Order: sequence, then structure tokens, then C-alpha cells
Amino acid sequence: MTALQAQALLPFFVLAGGIVLVLMLVAWLRSEAVAFGATLAVLAASALTIPWAADAGAQDVDGLLTVDGFALFFFALFAATAIATAILAFRYLTPRAAHRQEFYILLAIATLGAATTAAAANFAGLLLGIEVLSVSLYAMIAYPEESRPPLEGAAKYLILSGAASSTMLFGMALIYLATGTLGFAFDVAEVARGDRTILALGQAMLLAGLFFKLSLVPFHMWTPDVYQGAPAPVTSFVATVSKGAVFAVLLRYALDSGLLDSGVARTALIVVAVLSMIGGNLLALLQTNLKRLLAYSSIAHLGYLLIALMLAGMPNGNPALGVETGLAYLTGYFLMTLAAFAVMTALSGEQEDAEELDAYEGLLWRRPVLAAVLIAAALSLAGIPLTVGFIAKFYVVYAGVEAAAWPLVWALIVGSAIGVYYYLRIVFAMTKREGAEQEGPHPATWETTFAAAVLGIGIVVLGVYPTPLVDLLRGVSGW
Amino acid sequence: MILGAVLLLLAAGVVAWASERAAGNAPRLVSVAAFALGLAWTALEWLSGPDASGLYAAQFIEWIPRFGINVVLEMDGLSLLLVALTMFLGLVAVVSSWEEVETGKGFFQFNILWVMAGVVGVFTALDLFLFFFFWEVMLIPMYFLIAIWGHENKGYASMKFFLFTQISGLLMLLAILGLVFFHYESSGVITFGYKELLGADIGADVRVWLMLGFFAAFATKLPSVPVHTWLPDAHTQAPTAGSVILAGILLKTGAYGLIRFAVPLFPDASRDLAWWGMLLGAASILYGGAMAFSQSDFKRLVAYSSIAHMGFILIGVYAFNEQGMQGAIVTMIAHGFSTAALFMLAGAIQQRLHTREMGNMGGLWVHAPRMGVTTLFFVVASVGMPGLGNFVGEFLALLGAFEANVPLAVAATIGIVVAAVYGLHLMQRSFQGEPNPQVREMRDFGVREMSVMAPMMIGLVWVGVYPQPILDMSAATIAALGVLP
Repeated sequence: MTALQAQALLPFFVLAGGIVLVLMLVAWLRSEAVAFGATLAVLAASALTIPWAADAGAQDVDGLLTVDGFALFFFALFAATAIATAILAFRYLTPRAAHRQEFYILLAIATLGAATTAAAANFAGLLLGIEVLSVSLYAMIAYPEESRPPLEGAAKYLILSGAASSTMLFGMALIYLATGTLGFAFDVAEVARGDRTILALGQAMLLAGLFFKLSLVPFHMWTPDVYQGAPAPVTSFVATVSKGAVFAVLLRYALDSGLLDSGVARTALIVVAVLSMIGGNLLALLQTNLKRLLAYSSIAHLGYLLIALMLAGMPNGNPALGVETGLAYLTGYFLMTLAAFAVMTALSGEQEDAEELDAYEGLLWRRPVLAAVLIAAALSLAGIPLTVGFIAKFYVVYAGVEAAAWPLVWALIVGSAIGVYYYLRIVFAMTKREGAEQEGPHPATWETTFAAAVLGIGIVVLGVYPTPLVDLLRGVSGW
Repeated sequence: MILGAVLLLLAAGVVAWASERAAGNAPRLVSVAAFALGLAWTALEWLSGPDASGLYAAQFIEWIPRFGINVVLEMDGLSLLLVALTMFLGLVAVVSSWEEVETGKGFFQFNILWVMAGVVGVFTALDLFLFFFFWEVMLIPMYFLIAIWGHENKGYASMKFFLFTQISGLLMLLAILGLVFFHYESSGVITFGYKELLGADIGADVRVWLMLGFFAAFATKLPSVPVHTWLPDAHTQAPTAGSVILAGILLKTGAYGLIRFAVPLFPDASRDLAWWGMLLGAASILYGGAMAFSQSDFKRLVAYSSIAHMGFILIGVYAFNEQGMQGAIVTMIAHGFSTAALFMLAGAIQQRLHTREMGNMGGLWVHAPRMGVTTLFFVVASVGMPGLGNFVGEFLALLGAFEANVPLAVAATIGIVVAAVYGLHLMQRSFQGEPNPQVREMRDFGVREMSVMAPMMIGLVWVGVYPQPILDMSAATIAALGVLP
């Protein structure tokens, strides 16, 4: 390993080393506050080394990882999300679990796994990252020890995600069989004609596994149940980081391997994207539970995101703009999803999460700050201007037009139109007068209110003045 | 300065909301002050006259250079007229709902101010991204106005309003991005600037689709048959201030969009489809009139009559000649006054009698002669009596239409007869006839109400008798658009 490689890997080293330190610290000092503080410090410290790591330029680390601007951007995004999740979980977990110290360690490990996934340059790195992420998530979902829904959600996720991982693993083996390399970058022309079928089969299985993790239709069945079962802060992490990491690696794989040069792969992508956009939005329409609603809406959002993948990966596409679009959309999606779950966490009682839409009636008159954040998040998810969601939608529509992917663009328009309806239902519930007197279970803690407010402000600021974000993304997405 | 005016309204909205904790009328006074200041500013710009290029004010700030998006705000004659109308109707909206809204009055004023900020932006933005931005900014506060302070069926009405506008807006966004992309392909420059895109070199087949994307959004906002169904519901359920804003100014953003964007950006495609535009206009006039006649709800009647009036704008714009275009512009101003006043009257009656059903009214003149006189004035204006503003607009629009297409112009003219029927019907059933025994007394208009009614009456008489200044200003704009032969 050269010095430059080590410099590029510094954020990873700091995070991994920090996790070990926190682990030892927790063994000595069984204090939740210390574990919480130490984890935040480790996450922040690793994120702060990113500018320095970026100075090393794009570094290929023994074919396993590629640490470039793209990977480091995701590292920063994941670390920031983990910090937000930790803050949301801090006092939320108190009535739910007796030993809470290890939760923060799991969170940091999951972040490391996600960052590794986003940097993976071959199948070994991919599997390593995804499994570190998933295994931590199983434990995080099941963390509240007394109640049943988290356990149910974790079991469901464990079994289905395990099946998806093994499908993916089998796909990787087949691709290796055909190409003779574990790296993403291989030349299809060099694959022997007889092995092409094996390669296609392998890629199909790999994609099925990745699509499962992204919860795209028709691999989406687990999503609403896991969202609902998981504790609200963990749901926000599952909805953002785990999907962001998988999308990052899918993007890299598609670009490196030329996956979308094949017409079949493009058709499959279009079908999955259209089904996800329409199906996710239609199913979200039927929900009265906010967690399930957001689960289905996330299916649709991941469908929108595939337009960016299409533009980046298709022949004669525009990889730089496609990647930029993907990063912009994910950034917006992270912010608005986190904001929505932050409000949900803030309103949750000692046992029950504030899941049902009824719990939000009259919120605008009871808790104006939290309501304003949720309104910003809902409008952002619907893609209304003044919010970052509009900038994100602007990017994908432009990408769709540039890719001339008209079926995708129309599905996006129809899907967004349906989406407006159920996002507005959330807003309308909050403005109702009838619920104004109903008192919430307990006053929100100041940390969660603060986190929600910061996320809400972020949604609006980036929606009004996105130039710094746009410039940053343009810098890291030069493909 | 234009951005300053927008920011003034936005900031006033925040202040008004925050001042809710202070005693009594603070939020309302903040609103009144902001709109008065805005009106004074437009008057100053008006008096100081246009510069060499015909602009009263202009502003340029870099925004998102990556996509060639800038804050380009310019105010020519047409924009100035409409901004002035916006500021004035803002005052009317606040005054008309002075006593109507007590719950959440700070947030109420916030929404009024933010809608109007969006509208001012729409009337001055000359960057397509910025235009779309403002186009949507005015949507959400309007949704809140209906959804929170509306009447019995507000959930349904506000949702319908939002869905119609939002879906058609998405089509426009798609068209904007398509226009920008095809311009980028042919010129290598990525820009959302209106002036750069005016001469975009785009294939004839694509052009039509892009034009239709814009047309969908503007026709829905206007609204035109067959995408008008949101309007009667939204108007009927909205609080008085909401109806005043909606009818007085929001509908005009659709008309403005046609004149400023849909036609100049795609002159050839628009001309090819002009016949369809005129047909929709004529259909709106006749359909709106017929529906207005069959209503028993005061507000619903006025709402349907709005559809008919907007038909004159459509037929005038797509007549593709100077008279038609000027008729459309004058109608925008005149309709802004007359319908805003009628909705204010409807709101005042509803507040006093707790009903909008004309069957529960009758002979109200006895109780409230001042309201009777004002209603008569604005009904007569609305049906197109010569000497008042609406007549000038509709006459010019029909004149233009007659040059372009005789059968459609004749059909549209029948609409004026229909208007007289439903207008007098409205007057007769509410204020005249046998006094309804159930109505024992009704408070008449006081100084506050008359103080906003009077300027609107003066405005209509002025536009009706001496429309030349408006015609001069709009002629300059029309010439600058350069779409007429």
C-alpha cells in the first residue's frame, strides 16, 4: 500500500479504528451518553478527514476499492446521516431497550459497511461492504428488546435479505466463471461466445439481488413490513443509507462493466423503473400508516433514481451528468426522508411510534416547528419548488429528456402526479383544526426537534440556493 | 428592485405570522402596509416611465450557473400593469377578509402575502426556471388558504385545485426542460434565459409537443374548457380573500403565460393550432355562460362566469392580431376588478346570512342599499356594459376574433347575450324581487368595504372610458413580443 492509498483510505481507517476504540470504551464504561458522544466524535472525525483524503486523488486500492470523489462524497453523506440517526435514537431508545450502548457501535459499523459498498471496485469489496451493512442492520432493527414488531421486521429482513444476498453471490460466481475476473471492469468482447449466456444469467442474478436491496418492484415486498417494524430512527437509516450505498455500487458497476450496452439490460431497467414509479405511488395511495406510506413512496423514488442510472450507463449517454443526477437525487432524498422520520421520532411515545396519519391531525397548531418540517419534507418528496426535492426532480427530468427515455419520463410524470395526492394528505391532516387540542404522548426532546429543524432548513436552503451543492457534485462526478 | 418587492412580500409574510402573538389586528396591518408599499413602488415605477428598451425595471443575478439559470426579472408595460393589479388586489383581499378570519390569522396573512409574492415573480420572471419556480410558489399558500380557512367541502376542493395545477405544471416543466435541451443540442449553450430561448432552433414535430406542454399549464390555470372543473369547487369553498386572489389575479397568470411564453416561444406551432385555441375560447364562453345561468349558488355563478370571461382572453390571444391581443390584456385588468369585487360581495353576503344559496336571498336591497348598488355596478360591468372596462376588452377581443374566424367570433358574441341573462338573473334573485321573509336584517357595507370598492369602480370606469394608456402600454409589449404579422 502506497502512502497515497493510505491517505485516500484515511476516513475508513479513522472510522474503523474509532469503532474499535468505542467498543473498548463501552466495555469499561457502561454509560449510554459516553457511547453516544464517542460515536458522534468518531463519525465526525472520519468525515473531517475527507478533504485531506480527496487531495490524494482517485486511488485504486488493490482492485478491491476505488476511493475517488464519488466514494468520498458517499462517505460524507453516510456519516452525516449516521450522526442524524444517532441523535434521533438517543433518547428514543431509553424506554425501549435496557442496554443501549452497542446500538451506536452497530450504527457506526453499518456506516463503515455502507461507505465500503459505495467504494467497492470488485465483487469482493461489494460483498464485504453489503454484508457488514446488512448484518448490522438486522441487529439495529431488532434492538428494542421488549416489543414484537421490531423482532418481526428484523426476522423478515434477515431471511429475505439473506436470500437476496445469496442470489447476488451466485450471480457474482457466474460472472466470474464467464469473465475470469472479480473486478467490475471487464471487456464483454473478450468473453467467449459460449459463456455469454452464463454472463447474462450472472448479471441478472446480481441485479435481482441489488434491486431487492433497493426495494424496486417486483422485489419490494419486504419494504413496508420492515419499515413499519423497525424503530423510527432505524427506519430512516434503512431508507437512506442502505439504499444509497447499493445504488452507488450499482452505478459504479453499470459504468465499469458496460452493463447497459445490452439492449436486454436496458429494457429490464426500464420495466423495473416504470413498475416501481407507478406501483410504488399507487400502493402508497392506499396507506393510512405514515411508515408504510413512506416505504411505498421510497420505492417510487428509487424508480426515479434509475433514470439517472439510465443516462449514465447507456451507450451515447452522459455518464458525468447521469452520476451528478444520481448524487443530487440521493442527497435530496436523504434530506427529506430523514426530516420526515425525524418528525416521526420526535412525536413517538414511549412504546408506540407515531405511525398512523391520525396522530398528525392538527399538528400545525400544536407543534408548529415540527409540522413545518414535515410540511417541507412532504412537499419536497412531492417535488415542489422552494425545496431540495424540486431540484432533485429537476435533475431527473432533465436526465430523462437528455437520455430521450420517454417511457421513463412519462412514468415519472404520472407517478409524481399520483404522489402529490398522498403527500398532500399528510399536509392536509396537519392543517386540520379538529386535532388541534389532542395532546401528543410527551414533549419532544430538544435534540430531535433540533435535528428536525436543521434538516428542514437544509431542505429549504438547498431548494432555494442549490449552487454550492451543484458545484460540489459536478466536481465529484467527473467520470 | 423587483426582487426587493418580492422579498418585501415574503418578509412581510413572516413578520405577519410572527406578529400573531401581538394584540388584535397586527398581522392584517402588516399585510396592508406591505401591499400599500408595493403599490406605491409600482406607481413610482410607472410615473418614472420606461427606459430606452421599454422596461420600467430590470434585474439580473446569477443563480445556478451550471445550468445557465439566472434570476432575470424585468418589468415592461404588461408586467407593470399586472404587478400593480396584484398589489392592489392584495389590499382588497386583506380588507375583504378583515372580519372573516380569526383563527390562525397570522398564518392566513402569511399565505396571502406569499401567494402574491409568487404572482409578482411570475409576472416579471424572464428565466424559465425562475418562472416555473414562482409558478409553483404561488400554489402552496393558495392551497393552504382553501384547505384551512375554506368552507364545508374544503378538503376536496383544495386537493382538486392542487392536483390540476400541479399535474399541468409538471407537463410545463417537461416542456421547459425539453426546450432547453433541444436548444442546447442545436446551439451548444445550456440556458433557461427567455431571450436566448426565443429564437431556439427546434424541429417542427417537437415544437408542437413543447408548445402543448406550456399550453396545458396555462389553459388549466386560466381555466379553459375542458380543464376548468377545479375552478367552481375551489372558488365556492375558498374563503373570501382566497376567491378574490384566485379570480382577480391567479387566473391572469394563465393568460399572461400564454401571451408571454406559449405564443412567443413557439410562434409557428401556436399559429398552426390557433384555430383550436379560439375554439376552446368560444366553447369556454358558451359553456361557462350556460353553466353560470343554471347555478343557484352565488359564488358558483360568479365562478362559472369567470370561465366565460377567460374564454374571451383565449379567443383574443389566438386571433393573432393586435386587437385580439389588446382585448385579452384589457379583459385581464377589467375582469380582475369586476370579479374580485363580486367575490368580495359574495363573501360579505355569506358572512352576514350564512348562505350562498340565492334561494335564501331576495330583496336584499331593502336592507343593504350600498351593497345593492355595488353589486349592480359590478354585475353590469361583468356582463359587458359599454362605458365600463370589461366592454372594451371583450369588444376588442371579438373584433380581433372576427378578423381571424367569423363563425367562432359569432358564437362567442352569443356569449355576451348569455352573460346578460345570468348577470341579471343573479341581480334579480339576490337583491331585487320580493324581500325574503327569513332575512330580517343585514348589515350594509361600511367605510372599510366601500374604501376598496370605490377604487375598483373608478378603475372600471377609467378603463371603460379612457383605455388609451393601457392600450399604449400593452401595444408596446405586444410589439416587443414580435409574434404578430
